[in-house]
Amino acid sequence: MKNLKYLFFGLLFGVLLTKGEVISWFRIQEMFRFQSFHMYGFIGSAVVTGFLGIQAIKWFKWKSADGQRISLLPKELHTGVIIGGTLFGLGWALTGACPGPLYAHLGSGNGTFIVTIISAMLGTFVYGLLRPYLPHGDLMNNQQKEKFYLYSEETNQEVIHEEVRKAS
Amino acid sequence: MLDILREPWPWYIGGPLVGLMVPLLLLAGNKRFGISSTLRQACSAIIPTKAAFFKDYDWKADSWNLMFVAGIVLGALLSTQLLGGGNTPDLSSETIIELSALGITDFSGLVPKEVFNWSNLLTGQGFVFMVLGGFLVGFGARYGGGCTSGHAIMGLSMLQFASLMAVIGFFVGGLFITHFLMPYLF
Repeated sequence: MKNLKYLFFGLLFGVLLTKGEVISWFRIQEMFRFQSFHMYGFIGSAVVTGFLGIQAIKWFKWKSADGQRISLLPKELHTGVIIGGTLFGLGWALTGACPGPLYAHLGSGNGTFIVTIISAMLGTFVYGLLRPYLPHGDLMNNQQKEKFYLYSEETNQEVIHEEVRKAS
Repeated sequence: MLDILREPWPWYIGGPLVGLMVPLLLLAGNKRFGISSTLRQACSAIIPTKAAFFKDYDWKADSWNLMFVAGIVLGALLSTQLLGGGNTPDLSSETIIELSALGITDFSGLVPKEVFNWSNLLTGQGFVFMVLGGFLVGFGARYGGGCTSGHAIMGLSMLQFASLMAVIGFFVGGLFITHFLMPYLF
């Protein structure tokens, strides 16, 4: 089964989230109260290694295990990023958990989180239903977009647009 | 060996290893790190709907992500049962004082048990923390195009301006709840 390796990566991620206390409601409160460096250090150092990893992939032109050229999708900036991001923040502070930790709580024995996961699914579902009526105004001009596009030069811009459209 | 692993892990162990997930998933199969999309997959897989956002989404193509979250559950189980996880041992004393003032007394686990328990689910407080909170996480992550993994870690690693805006949004929302609304919820 070719997806089995992702079970292993997920397991590793679940251990890191739990042992790193990132799934702790108390740690999230501590973060939003600026009373410890723990969460800032955790996320900040994750971003640094993620960035270095991506740079290494670009620099050495590494391919994926199945021989594909690595492709990164740019993140589109639209009105929803601001509104949705803020709504997400409200939920993050209340539940003390973002989606990864929501799942981790099932393993850590906090059973009520099954309700929270179902609510989160419902939230996603309601978004899907309301999507045609919600503002998604583009907040970047084309010049800015070019700047944030991440593919290497040989990639066709049309392909990127198509992929971004499918992903969002 | 196990005794060392059972100690609390500082942020500079967990954080960099979480960041390694980004290149690891790219190299393993050109996969982009992000968890909240699994909620959309679940909707597409479970709920029969005509909404294009779910109907036109090929959730099976992203099934690796479902294996990944199954792994998260197993990893959390393993940490809690064998590696001494499942608690927050060195929480800041200031945070303990402030949360105690709200009425929280039990700091032994990962969540305040006074709030996150089955019998509290049908109270206004329990509904806001467990049900409404979850709804906002699911709605906001999809409307915003990602969560902490997809925007804060993956997006910032790619130096994406949109992800920076999203993270600022996460903080605006989180600070509002923590500093303005929290006192009214206890």
